[in-house]
This record gives sequence, C-alpha cells and structure tokens, in this order.
Amino acid sequence: MKHKTFFWFFLPTALAMFLFIALPLTSIVSQSLHTPHDQVLIVVESCDPFGCKSETTIDHLASKKINEEKPQGKWVGFQIYTDRNHLAFKEVGELWENKTNFIDFVSSLRDLPFYRAMGFTLTYTFVVTPLVILFGFIIALAVNSLHRHLKGFMVFFSLLPMIVTPLVGSLILFWMIDARGILGSGLQELFADPTLSLKASTGLTWITLIVYGVWHSAPFAFIVFYAGLQTVPKETIEAAMIDGATRFQQTMHVVVPHLSPLVAFVALIQLMDNFRVFEPIVGFSASAHATSLSWIIWNDIGQEIRLLSSAATTSVLTIIGVIILLMPVLIRTWREFNPEK
Amino acid sequence: MFLRKIATVVALTTLASSAWAGCGISEGRVSIVGNEFPAIQTIGAGAMECAGGGVTVETNLTADHQKINLPGMTGNPAEFTSAIVANSSIVALMNNDVIRPLNDLVAKHGQGLQKSQLVTIDGNIMGIAFMANAQHLTYRSDVLDQLGIAVPTTYEEMLEAAGRIRSSGLMKNPVGGAYASGWNLAEEFVNMYIGHGGEFFEPGTAKIAVNNQHGYDTLSMMKQLSHFMNPDYLTHDSNATSAEWKAGNVALMNMWGSRIGALRGDEVDAAVVAATATAGPMTVGGGTTAASTLWWDGFTVAKNISDADAEATFMALMHAIRPDMLNETTAPQAVWLIDGYEPTPAAAGVFAAAAMGTKPYPMLPYAGLMHSAAGAELVDFMQGKETAEEALAGLEAAYTTAATEKGYL
Repeated sequence: MKHKTFFWFFLPTALAMFLFIALPLTSIVSQSLHTPHDQVLIVVESCDPFGCKSETTIDHLASKKINEEKPQGKWVGFQIYTDRNHLAFKEVGELWENKTNFIDFVSSLRDLPFYRAMGFTLTYTFVVTPLVILFGFIIALAVNSLHRHLKGFMVFFSLLPMIVTPLVGSLILFWMIDARGILGSGLQELFADPTLSLKASTGLTWITLIVYGVWHSAPFAFIVFYAGLQTVPKETIEAAMIDGATRFQQTMHVVVPHLSPLVAFVALIQLMDNFRVFEPIVGFSASAHATSLSWIIWNDIGQEIRLLSSAATTSVLTIIGVIILLMPVLIRTWREFNPEK
Repeated sequence: MFLRKIATVVALTTLASSAWAGCGISEGRVSIVGNEFPAIQTIGAGAMECAGGGVTVETNLTADHQKINLPGMTGNPAEFTSAIVANSSIVALMNNDVIRPLNDLVAKHGQGLQKSQLVTIDGNIMGIAFMANAQHLTYRSDVLDQLGIAVPTTYEEMLEAAGRIRSSGLMKNPVGGAYASGWNLAEEFVNMYIGHGGEFFEPGTAKIAVNNQHGYDTLSMMKQLSHFMNPDYLTHDSNATSAEWKAGNVALMNMWGSRIGALRGDEVDAAVVAATATAGPMTVGGGTTAASTLWWDGFTVAKNISDADAEATFMALMHAIRPDMLNETTAPQAVWLIDGYEPTPAAAGVFAAAAMGTKPYPMLPYAGLMHSAAGAELVDFMQGKETAEEALAGLEAAYTTAATEKGYL
C-alpha cells in the first residue's frame, strides 16, 4: 500500500484513537497526580426537623476562590499511588518487616484493598482464561461434527451465554444459588448439609464467579475456533487418515497446530477482559469476598464520596496491569511478524 | 437521551390521563432524581401532575440515585433540577456546591411549610424536608406470644429471644438484618456504635476515632446477631431482608420505618401481615441512646439552572407535598412532616425513635467517607477473618487515606 493511501485509510482510526483513548488517558494520568485542595471548614448553625445545632460544613466562598486560582487541584505527585488504598508501600514494608514466614506475609496482604483485589483478579484471570480456551475448543469440535441441519441451531444455542447481558446473567444465577434458590437448595440436598451457602464462604464465592466467567466467555472462544475449523485443509486430514491416525491424533497433530494463532488471539482478548472482571462481582453482590480493580474504581466514584483521584490512580494501575499481562503474548506476536534476519 | 424521551412520553401520558391539576406554573423544566420507595414515588407522581402547557416534568427514581444525582447536577445547565435527598446525601451536594439556597422561593411560594421542615445551614435554606425515617424493631407478635417472650427493648434481649426462637424449632434463623457489605453494613455499624455511646471523630476535627472499646463492643454485638441470620446475610440489603420477612423466615429485625407499609403488601401471607408489629429502636450495652439514627428526606433545587426552572421545580414539588395529598394510600407510606398529617400504625416505630431522643445521622462533610470505608473494611471481621482491633484499624486507615486525598486532613 502506498504511504499516502495508508495515511488516508488510517486517519479516521487514528483520530478516534486520539480522541477516545489518548485524551482520556492523559486526563486520568493528570487526575491521578492531583487531589482536591485542602477543604476550608467552618462551623455554622444548622437546623433540620430534629432541631438546631452547630455543625461543621465547607466554606464554599473560600473554597471557590482557591479552586478558581488552581482548577487542577493540588499537585501531589505519586502520593496517591503509594498510599494505603493503592500500592501501600509503607504498609507492605511494615508487613514484610514483621512477617513470620512468606505465606503469612502474603495472606496479611489481604487487608490492603489493592492487593486484595489483585488476589482475586489474578486467580480469576489465570483460571478462567485457559478453561475458556479449553471449553471453547471442545464445544467447537462437538458442534463441527454435527449434522449440517443441526449446526445452525446449535451455534445459536451455544452463543446464548454470551448474548445474555453479563449483569442479567449473573443476577439470574445469583438468585438460583441463593440458599433458598433452586441450585442452592439442590446443593444442600446433594451434600446433606442444610447450612451450605455458596454466598457465605469466600472459596465457594470464588468458584461461583469463576464458573460464571467460564460459562459467559466460552461462547466467544467457541465461535472463533469454530470459524477456524472451517479453514482446516481437508487434504491434510485425509492424508492423516490414510496414514492411520486416530480421530484424537488428527485433532492433536493437524487441527490444534492449525488453530494455534487463534489460541493466541483468544488468550489475548480473554486476559484483557478477565483482568477487568467487574459485572459478576456486582451481580453476585460478592464484594465481601471478591473485589477487582474495576470494582474499586466503581466503588470510589459510584458513591456520594466520589474519590476521583483515587479512581484515576486505580485506572492507571489497571492499564499498567493489562500491559504487563499482555507483554508475553505481544512479544510473541511481534517475533512472529518480524522474524530475525 | 433515549431514557429521557421515554420519561417525557410517560410524563405526557400522565398529563393526558389525569385531570389538569394546575400548580400555578406557566412554564419551565422540572427533572427530579431520587430514591425508590413508596413515599418518594408518591412525591414524584405528585410533581408529575404539574406537567402540561409549557411545563415538562420528568422523574428518575432509582435506588442508585446517589450515584447519579451529583454528576447530573454538576453540569451547567444541570440535567436534574431537583434531587430528593436525605440528611446524609444532602452533604455530598452541599460539599460540591450544586444546590441553591431556597430562601427567596420559600418566601414567595412556601406559605404552607412549617419551620421545622426547613433545612437551614448558616441561615440558608438548602432543603425542604417532607418526611422522617428511622430504623426500629419489627417483630412477629405471634411468634413472641407463642413462646411467651416479651418484646425486646435492648439488643441483648433480642439475642436471648432469637436463641429461644431457634431452640424452639420455629425458625432456623430468626433475626433479619440488612447487613449487605457496603452501605448497609456500615449503616448498622453506625447505629450500633451510636447506641454504645461512641463518637466517630475527635471533637471539632475530621480525625476518626472508632478503634476503641465502643467499637469492639459494637462489632461483637453485630457478630453475635449475625449468628442468628441467614448465612447469606452479607448479601442482604433492605430489599432482601424485607423479602425474608415477607416469606415468614424471620421474627425480629431492625428495619426502616418507610418499609413497614410494604411488609403488609397483598402478596404476603395474611398470617405474617397480621403478626407484623413494630416498636421503637432498641438500646444496647446498658446505654440509654437508641442504637439507631434519625433521618429526614427532603428535596433540593439545583444551582446550575435558570431561575425560571428553579421556580417551576420548587412549585411542582410544593404541589407534591401539599397537605391534601394525604389520603388513605399515601398516609401510611411514611412519617410525613406535612401539615395535617395524622400518625398511622405504620409510623409508630419512627415516632418512638423520635420520642427516645434518637440521634440524627451526622451531617458532617466527611461522614460519607467514614461510612464508605466501614462498608468495605468490616466484612473480614464479620466473616471471622480478622479481630475487631484489626478491622477497626483497617477502617481508620482506609478513612484517613481517603480523607487526606479529599483535603479534610
């Protein structure tokens, strides 16, 4: 492609990327380095239906003046990054000094919101991603071997979990696994344990969220692999059959290598998506047991307290996390496209 | 945009189907955001009656109102011309300076208001309160009568009663509690801590001070209560707790006055409805202060809108809270602060709370930060993964970090 053609072809994308990715990024990075100004507090007479008393409130005239002089807020550098609610350098340092052994140290990190969220997020990401790839592949193989009249229906049916809005899907399951719901009471019967509650134990909540994650994302991997299966060369399969390869051997030695670039693609997308796990935590009201970086951002700005600097900092940390996570896959892709000379 | 269109269509249909109420507004835009429970829905419907001619009225009543009211009032012009708030949530709007003083409008159109309805900060009327609310004891009279248990007046008696109900085999988990992690759990902590006589902050400062004996006693009581609750209690908000009550699964709970009416709904078993009784809030730990907080709900008017829209908004809401809106349906929905309101049986608990001198929820600019930190930091203690000292130290540290960021410390 000529450079000029490429430029005009790429311009709309570049413009959109600049407007919707680069600018917001600059904005959150700047936000994460500033905090609101020190509040000017005054004590005033305040009355409500329950009587009058002196109450502390914000002096708006004084605050407004400070804000107009410096609308960016107060420059604090990396203070928010290192504070207790984020990377917590000081607290982690103290825990390290006072640790009795390494396992003890890791489990005491749970008290710090950032590490607590990372604990669940990483577990979720690294369990869900391979399972999604595995199940997606198995479903794709199964559907592909069906009679052609059944295929269309089965493809649609297998896609359903992905079509259902994540929040709705998780809410439906949330009600079903309630101690009085059909799955919850079914499990109680099965294990003959009337106190069994999927929502009350951290381990079981994690398992529930992971099962939900696999259920929800497997169709994505399935449809990608299914499309890939349509391109497997018939000749190679036939050659393998003539050589006496069993069905399993054909799959392992012909189909899997053929689909491996797609595995990298699915892994890339899934790592990114799973690292930002959010809806199931809200849908399952699971924040007592499992939090994620996205949930922390939502919690910071979703309530009346609006900790914007804190939310911006967590957003930047999420982006850094995604970059670190994708690094191995990106490096591999880079090597594939730029073979060493 | 789409939602706004729907809301407008709804507003227009309401107009077409209901008689022209004539609120005396000639033109203006009214857009109300607020919580979603029967009393607020009545207020929203009342304001809707004013739509017509040059007046558009929209309401957006949702349990997530606290997440959208501030962003929706920050712009200029503001999307919402009014937010229906409570004594905790008005603070966030005042902190960000998005609501206007109503002194002029009250002088011009507020003749029907009583002085106690005016929420006044430093001489500026920032909100008009129209109802009061509190959490108080709700109990099943049939269950208590059958076992010969007196109505609990303290949390210690509640524990004892719960123990007897459980051992009688009538109910497995007789105590209901809105202990969902987050706002609800923090609210119960606030109630119980006040009941123990604790102060949240060092006097006159934003320095938190909850890691003390009052705090340990508070958490210990909450833990003991949770043993009598549905094991899923950390996911139960007021809605889920009400559902447990309606299903006849619990016999004792601390519940909002504004939700008692709904517990007697048509879908509920008649036996449960007949036995649903209320009493004042309980005390705890030998204290005399009720382990509850008093709340008011009221409306505010946005700052960043034209004076004409502000006047239309004020008049529409004044129409919604006019004395003759009280009737058989609306009166039991809340403890109305409106002139001419006669208490109904559903209001007994809130009146008892007021008579006991229950403290109002603190209207401090940084109280929300404490509340939010408590909602996240206390869950490990409730699950038995932390001691009370660790949990409260965590709460203090999380609050201090947030308050430093916000510029209060």
